[in-house]
Amino acid sequence: MTTRRHFMGQSAVAASALAFPLVGGAQPKPIKVGVLHPVTGALAYSGQQCRMGALMAIEDINKAGGIKSLGGAKIEAMLGDAQSSPQAGTAEIEKMNEAGVSAVVGAFASAICLATTQAAAKYNLPHVVDVGVADQIVERGLKNTFRFGPGYKKCAEVAVASLHALNTAAGKPARTVMIVHEESLFGTGTANLLAKELPGYGYEVKEIIKHANPTRDFNNIALRIKQVNPDILIPANYYNEYALLVRTLQQQKITPKAIYSVLGGAASSYKFVKEFPEAANGIIDCNHWFNPKDKRSAELKKRVEAQGQFFSYEVFMTYTAMMLLADAIERAKSPDRAAIIDALASSKFQNHIMPYGPTQFVNGQNMGAQPLMTQVHKGDIKVIVPRDYREIEPIFPLKA
Amino acid sequence: MKDFRRIALFTLVIGVIPFFTQSGVMLNFVMTALYACLLSQAWNVLGGFGGQFSFGHALFFGTGAYVQAIAQMQWGLSPWVALPLAMAFAAGVGAFVGAASFRYGLKGSYFALVTLAFAEVFRILATSVPFTGAGVGLMLPLKESAANMQFANRAGFIWLMLGLVTLALCITAWLRHSRFGAYLQAVRDNEDAARAIGVNPFSVKLIATVLSGGLMGAGGAFYVQVFQYIDPGIAFGSHTSVEALVGAIVGGLGTLWGPLLGAISLHILADLTRNLFGQLPGINMVIYGVVLIVIVMFLPRGMAGLGAITPLQWLRGSKRSDGDKS
Amino acid sequence: MLDLNILFPSVLNGITTGAVYALIALGLTLIYGVLHIINFAHGAALMVALYGVYMLKEKLGIDPYMALPIMVPAMFVLGYALQRGVINRASHGKDENILLVTLGVSIVLENLALLFFKSDTRSIETAYTLTTVEIGPAFIALPKLVSFAGALVVSVVMLLIVQKTDLGRAIRAVSKEKQGARLMGIDVDHVYAMCFGLGLASLGAAACFLMPAYYVNPQVGNGFVLVAFTIVVLGGMGSFAGALLGGLLIGVVESLGGLILGESLGQVGIFVIFIAVLMLRPQGFFGAKA
Repeated sequence: MTTRRHFMGQSAVAASALAFPLVGGAQPKPIKVGVLHPVTGALAYSGQQCRMGALMAIEDINKAGGIKSLGGAKIEAMLGDAQSSPQAGTAEIEKMNEAGVSAVVGAFASAICLATTQAAAKYNLPHVVDVGVADQIVERGLKNTFRFGPGYKKCAEVAVASLHALNTAAGKPARTVMIVHEESLFGTGTANLLAKELPGYGYEVKEIIKHANPTRDFNNIALRIKQVNPDILIPANYYNEYALLVRTLQQQKITPKAIYSVLGGAASSYKFVKEFPEAANGIIDCNHWFNPKDKRSAELKKRVEAQGQFFSYEVFMTYTAMMLLADAIERAKSPDRAAIIDALASSKFQNHIMPYGPTQFVNGQNMGAQPLMTQVHKGDIKVIVPRDYREIEPIFPLKA
Repeated sequence: MKDFRRIALFTLVIGVIPFFTQSGVMLNFVMTALYACLLSQAWNVLGGFGGQFSFGHALFFGTGAYVQAIAQMQWGLSPWVALPLAMAFAAGVGAFVGAASFRYGLKGSYFALVTLAFAEVFRILATSVPFTGAGVGLMLPLKESAANMQFANRAGFIWLMLGLVTLALCITAWLRHSRFGAYLQAVRDNEDAARAIGVNPFSVKLIATVLSGGLMGAGGAFYVQVFQYIDPGIAFGSHTSVEALVGAIVGGLGTLWGPLLGAISLHILADLTRNLFGQLPGINMVIYGVVLIVIVMFLPRGMAGLGAITPLQWLRGSKRSDGDKS
Repeated sequence: MLDLNILFPSVLNGITTGAVYALIALGLTLIYGVLHIINFAHGAALMVALYGVYMLKEKLGIDPYMALPIMVPAMFVLGYALQRGVINRASHGKDENILLVTLGVSIVLENLALLFFKSDTRSIETAYTLTTVEIGPAFIALPKLVSFAGALVVSVVMLLIVQKTDLGRAIRAVSKEKQGARLMGIDVDHVYAMCFGLGLASLGAAACFLMPAYYVNPQVGNGFVLVAFTIVVLGGMGSFAGALLGGLLIGVVESLGGLILGESLGQVGIFVIFIAVLMLRPQGFFGAKA
């Protein structure tokens, strides 16, 4: 008798638990996601911008109802500081792994990403790379690594092809090119790729200048630019050096037919345009950019600026990386790592503000990822190439 | 000898840690802590025992790292062969820099600054020379296997580094008890007096530099195996030089266990503060800096100088010192 | 490539850049020459001064050159307080500890700046930022010419302080013979702190001259430290004339090195000189033999 009642009692409880999983105020367990960026040290600015993008995305996802396929489970960020070094990044991955995160989004810098994706691979922990442009990140056959945005090989190819398109449309006024790049992975890699591609399109690379990080003074480089007098100047460096270079050029009254940057540190930066409108005017950049035709980009930009911050590429790159992840978790219907990896690998995510179209990952790289060509025009940054995203007619060359 | 027995005990205790925990955080911590220990121990050989403060120890670190990478990627050698090679090259650089510096009688701050300058020169050259990958750096291809010194499990790296740390400890113990070590410390304490009793300061300091460089080079090679990417900034940048000397000085110059104490303590401090106040990045490093100053303020002879007890004696409850201070 | 139209402006650029380096090195050479401290915190102190100039311009609209009478005394006070209150207390006079304490101070300063100012780069806009002066075939930016004049003035002022004032006499006494000076009644701790204060005060001046042509972020000091050390050694530790001339020379070497070897490799010229001076003439050009 007691057994039967006991059994009935137990079944009743079990049945009710199955039928009403949220009864008793029990929320579905939040899904922990690691947000790993270099928020201190040399890369602090970029790291903090990335983190802001990630947190805004999480806020938006949760406000829209969380992960619906998991009963509205909220995403909970586990913040990590990579301290601008691969060692600290790796240590944070270990911590995040033990804390049971379902996935990681990070880590901005290529050198750090190389280490963190590998450390995460040991635990089959999905790692979405938000910026990290080095191609090796997705060329090591790691099944857990997914990069939503383009690598620098893609950026260099697009840059050269677009330059050629612009030049041809203008009647081919430009023929000579000079590259000024920073000395480390990003700058040297980009310069090497450009130097290889450009001659194929009929451009003469007259000189390549490599400079240190940091460079305190650009007057000599400016002198050299004046002497070589290239039609097109191609800078590839970080924000501080880019800004100094362009200001020096303005000071020395050096005006090439076009300043055409590839992943230029300040060329498509609202901060730079606001602080140095004259020096920035007319500069073209081939860089990470959002889809200008998607209204949500403008809204996001407004929200970021309302917080007194600049809508820099770090913000929207990490924002959309987080969105990609949320979509994958939604389709995986589970916080399980292997399920999320499968969901990412088969992702067709296209409800995003980037100009990538539907997502398609091959070996961890999103094939639709591409940079856009922007130009600074009257204190604002507008997309000029490709045509389907064009906002204004390009001004090329800047002078005859 | 007591020192060697204690070293054996230390090696045994640390060596079995991987059998007692599967925690990735713990194992990674032990691995990176041991790595920090090696750097400080290497520095201590020249700085603590030799009295020659180097500000550019990254010079040896970077040499070891690049040789480790180049030997595998360009000469097709096994990483197990590359490791002693890396140490040899680093030691060789030590010989070169030591010979040049001591031949010109550089000591004190002058020696410190010249090592710093050499590290910078190497960094700038590495950015321009093709075989180091120039600014792009070198990326060791991923191929996990013990034969390839890329252990799937952190335990492998822990034992490798433990071996190197033990080697460094043995060398340090040897310095404490050998005639050479006595000569070295005599030169440190009073070079002229040492010369007067027949010691050759030049060769003694040179050998110390070679040993110190070789050990530091091992650290560099290890770094490449774990993180698989090296560039001129990581290899020859000042943060590695600073990490090495800070651990040794805080721990206690010229002692056997000092550098380990110092390196581990600072490592724990850095780890604890890293995510403190995560919302306000920067506070963690402020705390680190303040604690560093406070440690120096209250422990002017370093941690090993605290009551002059060795950690093992303290654990055993004994208060008698055993000459573990210099 | 080596025609006069390039060479002349290059040398002038080098001289004006070198003048700023000299301003930074002046303080370091005093601190090193007297206290025999390798001041790890020098770069961080420069950064603090640059933020000071930035804030004065942004919040109070004070032009950097007008800010000199504010920045110089403010940095002096900071320097005095740091040496007397922190460095001296914590290090108990031991060399290796002074090293660690100045290192700790630089970490604290850099990260306090990170906390308060965030990590983005700040720059100021002044009416004369873009003005250039034509000297022969060269266009030299006006702020850089002003820096050159400023470096001369500050060097002379420092020299006068050390040669002609009572404080200067005490400084010279302490740097030559600390115990003797103490026995003569000189408060050595006070003199040390005054020196450190003067050293940082000259950084205050350097910041006023540097800011119009440059920028500030928490890590900005690191780029100048090694060059400053090179100049101190080249000119002779403790010599202001040496720091000034050394700065100008290094500026020119950097400029010409960049021209000949490329901007990246050209930096090596500075350190090769550094090593050569250390080995062949460690007292520098104007320093007293050790």
